[in-house]
Amino acid sequence: MPGKLKAKIVAGRHLPVMDRASDLTDAFVEVKFGNTTFKTDVYPKSLNPQWNSEWFKFEVDDEDLQDEPLQITVLDHDTYSANDAIGKVYIDIDPLLYSEAASVISGWFPIYDTIHGIRGEINVLVKVELFNDLNRFRQSSCGVKFFCTTSIPKGYRAAIVHGFVEELVVNEDPEYQWIDRIRTPRASNEARQRLIFLMSGELQRKIGLKVLEMGGNAVVGYLQCFDLEGESGLVVRAIGTACTLEKLSSGSGTHTHPNTAPASNACNSPSKDGKEPVFGEDLPSSSGPSTPFRALPTSSSSPPPFSPSKPCSRQSSSSDTDLSLTPKTGMGSGSMGKDAGPLKTLLRQQTQTALEQREFPFFTLTSFPSGFLLHVGGVVSARSVKLLDRIHNPDEPETRDAWWEEIRQEIKSHAKALGCHAVVGYSESTSICEEVCILSASGTAAILNPRYMREGCLDLGGSDQRFEDPSPSSCGFCHIPYDELNMPFPAQLTYCFHCRRQKVPDVLFTTIDLPSDAAIAGKGCFIQARLCRLKKKGQGEANATAISNQLPFMEYELHTQLMNKLKLRSMNALFGLSIQISVGENMLLGLASATGVYLTALPAPGGIQIAGKTPGDLNTEQHILNIQKRINDTIAKNKEFYEVNPPDLTEEVVGSPIPEPRLRSRLFRSHSESSDELSELDLSHGKKDAFVLEVDDTDAVEDIQSLLTDASPPKGFYSCNTETMPGIYNWTSALQMFTSVRVLRLSNANLSNQALNKVFTDLCENLLKSFYFKLRSMIPCCLSHLVFSVAVPEEDLIQVAVTAVAMTFDKDQTQDKPAEKPITKGCSEAEDQLQFSLELCTDSSSINSQSSSKNSAAKLNQNQLIVVRSAGVPESSHLSTRAASVDYGSFADRCSTWLELLRLKAHTIRRGSVKTSRRTQSLAHSVSSLEHSSPLTDGRSRSLRSSRSFGGSSVSVVKMTPLSFLPGTRIVKYVGIINMFFIRETTSLREEGGVSGFLHSFVAEVFAMVRAHVAALGGNAVVSYSMKDCVLMENPNKNQCQCLINVSGDAVIYIRETDQEVTGSTANIRLSCTSSADGAT
Amino acid sequence: MAVELDVFVGNTIIMSEEVYQLWLDGYTVNDAVKVRMEGGVLDEFDAKADVVLSDTMDQYRTFQMCERLLHSPTKLANQLLFQIPPHRQATLIERYYAFDDVFVREVLGKKLSKGTKKDLDDISAKTGVMLKSCRRQFDNFKRVFKVVEELKGPLVENIRQHFLLSDKLARDYAAIVFFANNRFETGKRKLQYLTFQDLAFCAGQLINNWTVGAVDNMVEDMDVDLDKEFLQELKELKVLITDKDLLDQHKSLVCTALRGKTKAFNEMEANFKNLSRGLVNIATKLTNTKDVRDFFIDLVEKFIEPCRSDHWTAADMKLYLTHYTNSAHILDTFKHQVVWDRYMGVIKSCIFKMYHD
Repeated sequence: MPGKLKAKIVAGRHLPVMDRASDLTDAFVEVKFGNTTFKTDVYPKSLNPQWNSEWFKFEVDDEDLQDEPLQITVLDHDTYSANDAIGKVYIDIDPLLYSEAASVISGWFPIYDTIHGIRGEINVLVKVELFNDLNRFRQSSCGVKFFCTTSIPKGYRAAIVHGFVEELVVNEDPEYQWIDRIRTPRASNEARQRLIFLMSGELQRKIGLKVLEMGGNAVVGYLQCFDLEGESGLVVRAIGTACTLEKLSSGSGTHTHPNTAPASNACNSPSKDGKEPVFGEDLPSSSGPSTPFRALPTSSSSPPPFSPSKPCSRQSSSSDTDLSLTPKTGMGSGSMGKDAGPLKTLLRQQTQTALEQREFPFFTLTSFPSGFLLHVGGVVSARSVKLLDRIHNPDEPETRDAWWEEIRQEIKSHAKALGCHAVVGYSESTSICEEVCILSASGTAAILNPRYMREGCLDLGGSDQRFEDPSPSSCGFCHIPYDELNMPFPAQLTYCFHCRRQKVPDVLFTTIDLPSDAAIAGKGCFIQARLCRLKKKGQGEANATAISNQLPFMEYELHTQLMNKLKLRSMNALFGLSIQISVGENMLLGLASATGVYLTALPAPGGIQIAGKTPGDLNTEQHILNIQKRINDTIAKNKEFYEVNPPDLTEEVVGSPIPEPRLRSRLFRSHSESSDELSELDLSHGKKDAFVLEVDDTDAVEDIQSLLTDASPPKGFYSCNTETMPGIYNWTSALQMFTSVRVLRLSNANLSNQALNKVFTDLCENLLKSFYFKLRSMIPCCLSHLVFSVAVPEEDLIQVAVTAVAMTFDKDQTQDKPAEKPITKGCSEAEDQLQFSLELCTDSSSINSQSSSKNSAAKLNQNQLIVVRSAGVPESSHLSTRAASVDYGSFADRCSTWLELLRLKAHTIRRGSVKTSRRTQSLAHSVSSLEHSSPLTDGRSRSLRSSRSFGGSSVSVVKMTPLSFLPGTRIVKYVGIINMFFIRETTSLREEGGVSGFLHSFVAEVFAMVRAHVAALGGNAVVSYSMKDCVLMENPNKNQCQCLINVSGDAVIYIRETDQEVTGSTANIRLSCTSSADGAT
Repeated sequence: MAVELDVFVGNTIIMSEEVYQLWLDGYTVNDAVKVRMEGGVLDEFDAKADVVLSDTMDQYRTFQMCERLLHSPTKLANQLLFQIPPHRQATLIERYYAFDDVFVREVLGKKLSKGTKKDLDDISAKTGVMLKSCRRQFDNFKRVFKVVEELKGPLVENIRQHFLLSDKLARDYAAIVFFANNRFETGKRKLQYLTFQDLAFCAGQLINNWTVGAVDNMVEDMDVDLDKEFLQELKELKVLITDKDLLDQHKSLVCTALRGKTKAFNEMEANFKNLSRGLVNIATKLTNTKDVRDFFIDLVEKFIEPCRSDHWTAADMKLYLTHYTNSAHILDTFKHQVVWDRYMGVIKSCIFKMYHD
């Protein structure tokens, strides 16, 4: 009996009237945990009952504590008939199970009913007493902390990053059980909510077990998803990155006391070796060292997969697209496990031994302490189309496991083909329509610093890295990890524009956030590629095959669009790329979102050239000239808007910011005869090159259309889908998180692909425009972490749901020097410590690997989007025909710039004092902003005084953000993970204001419940908030509608950066943040 | 390509005061969009009509959801559904309970019943205030009336506490409640020239001086019902007009004091007995509910109109009433000084307020 759960029901308020005669309610409460139920007394005739119950005690296993939620049901007592339920509250006990988080859950919770929504509030107290040493109970994993945040949480350091953990549990969906025919919608919804609560508890516990087995104590980047497979069941699956986190002492957590860094650095010393045996040995046998590469060695001899000129390879790819019915043989054969050159092998030997022992060297993290990420290869993704069948035995979800296993293997082999041993920014998703399911996984192939893999202290180790590594951290990650002579696909390489020593690709696509020390020019920009493809309605295997045949083409299209849009903004890298493909009955939707940025290490992008296929026609030429002019104008305009003025460009490429057309090399779309020119080094083309879009091609017309219809955000607005907006550092504290959902009904049944594309593009564009308009009072402002999710809920319906945060920033951004970044970005702990621990920590092994990498000047870096099973897909060709683009003429120049860079770097490192002064400046700023708001709040508090005396304390403000930080504040404590699932249904849709009214109130209710739970945990904000699912099913004819929403995030306590003490100033914080977080007008 | 669903929800409530006002004024979504576009939303920001429409819809829905809470504003502070910064809460409430003077002038003193509610479309047509807005305002009056009806303690303070209104607005509501409770006649043609603010001021005077609350502040309805005892005592003032000597004495005292100080002296002297009779008669009749209702019409007919026809200036009026009141104290046989002061204090300030064109 390892735990005692205690709950006390204090009071209720704002209850609904349940007795029409008296206009009052006789309420009582049932408290249920597991199979035990307690009841309070009936509090007669009141809408604000004061139960003040005794402590209800549940003696339970800690396994149950993890799985089960505490269920609180408020009922209206009725002497003669059955008691009417008012609503329920589910409380997740998990945050109470680890010592550092909340110690008590106490607060007002909205009483929620799936039919009526929120009906009043209830005040509850919950405590847990744990008795035994938890680690001895292997069925439970109490004490393992979960974070949604996809970086090392603030205030912690990662002693060890163990790696990928995954789990899934399946069950029958109560909505599809036979009993559902005879029970009420309410009972059915509640059964479902309860089941999902249970399942996610169980899932979390199982993942926790795996983490404990690996020797870790936390999961970072925890991503949990639901697959509503309808008839065939309900799947809850999760992935995450297991870590051993150590809490930084509060002193070292603050940026102002960097001196403490050497102290904590001591942890890095060999004495810590007790934690050494991390990989392999501890893993369960299934993922033990003996079996990691089952399929791969055989495929290593397979021909280079990207042979675009041979259409026959398309065949091979489609045969590869397996259905669940045709068990796949030779996993990963579609991709290439090419052996890297001997030099490479040597170079990576160390890392590989560590990483390759793991089954999947994946990391769900998207941002890393500096020095962790050595090189980035590019995006790797894999998709697979499956036919769903009923899950027969929920206890052994083997099929689903096997499906994901396949996908992951494929990702792994893709990464390997890119010369990378790890995948970072990894995520998985599904799209289900009837019986067809698309499983997708994507990530960024990367080479990680081997030190971290063994005993690496993430936050400290990077220090020596800085000095040992020949490539400065501002550009090192761009250098290709791949062997230049042995590229898996054709691409154009140049010497890094920063260090001049190693090769970089011309464009870089990644799924991670921009590394904080990356050198960029100008600001970032939200880039989206949208695609809509009609598909014939079909059934079963034929349907699945049709879909899987379409997928590579869609990916290719999206990729081309992204590329064009990137060029149009004169940028050369994409971060946070996420490609979503959703399947509907009669169409496929593709949406790729990313944040474009100009990396100064990469070559400047060329322009876009329009060419007609049939020269001579005057009209066409005129037309082409017009389009060309518009495109050039747009590029120029964008450059100005995003302030893309790369320093080296002006220094070195004197006089030709936009390349002359004749200097451009050609890039042919799909049917290019590219590979011939592959190795040819055509210096005459200079460093600029351009896409050539041929307007005779209908696709190209479409591309141009979509290029030019994308409006740039209005003045004062920026947007991105990453954690931080590249190029903006001085955030002010005002923020507004929002969720927006739009559903479009296609009235015209016979739309062409092109028209459909237009509709879809407009839908997304209009959404953005609408955000800008609504939030215009926040200018200057940036929409960060814009996450779009698309779905085809029904035939002819397109649903787009967006969650993002609008944050204000200080317009007078005088200088954005890299050295200043960490301060405002809130991830400076590592930085500070780095700078003070340089001499203290030298690890011989790292020197080893680094020096070897220094020697290998030929070390390359590559990016490429690899599409699943698309060995022959034209995709790979479009990068191909470009010539290398370095101007070799001015070697001396290059050297001098490099020296300058070094000097700059040194300067940066010496900047300690500058930094602090800057810091005080920012302090002063926040103080003034506080003062600014105080007169207002005074006025308000006066007007509210009476209300407080009347209705009890007012509600405390809970901020919400999809980001992992809150600008101008410091997170002092993570109080628990929030993972909630709600169902709302109505049978009076019209009365609730139609679908919009229904969903509007539901989303507001979900926010309210999240805030209430956070407040009850003692938190004042949710970070890394996301809405995973929003499934809407409507039937306006029957006046009915049902919606499911799944949200998650990390509840935290933050304090203003200006406040050194937590106490005393909280009131201030609350008031001032209310005033500043106030939304748009 | 129909937009089937379109919502935008912020963690902190998103509202524009402009749209809120349009909503309160009873504009439909489409009309509100028109007004906004004409008002230049388009110019200041590159927005298309559909963007404005979508924004307006979102806000209208938000307001509709808030409306339930606004009916008992204290809930707004501790409800959990919307995160509303305190100053926004104050704005939401204050604006929701704000009313149009033209509208309230129409219903002032009427019974706040279903019957009156049926007449709202006429009132709407007459005043130009949209029916929807009329309904909201009328319902607000009714709601406030219903809540404070059964409460003890000072009326204004009760309203302020229960509805979290500003002092000014709370006073106005107190006046409305007071008028509605006593059913003062205000709709007569002769009273049309009086604004709501005139009448609200008078109501304030009555509440502060003539109600039960003026003497005892812990009884129910203390500020709503007139002090019955006081009204009884007013009957005693009759002596001022029935006793011939007293009347003459009073007149001579007033005339002595006024002589040479005003151009209207002759008219004052000539009309003294009439005017005095008028004022005292009003006092003595106040025990009748019917006559209480006619209080304002009586004041106008018996006093203000005669004076106006004699072209008294406001200063004349002030002078006359001051001396008229004070002189009564010198009358040795007149024993009801306290009642007289309580009565005349209110009458004086009411007439000052009401004496204009």
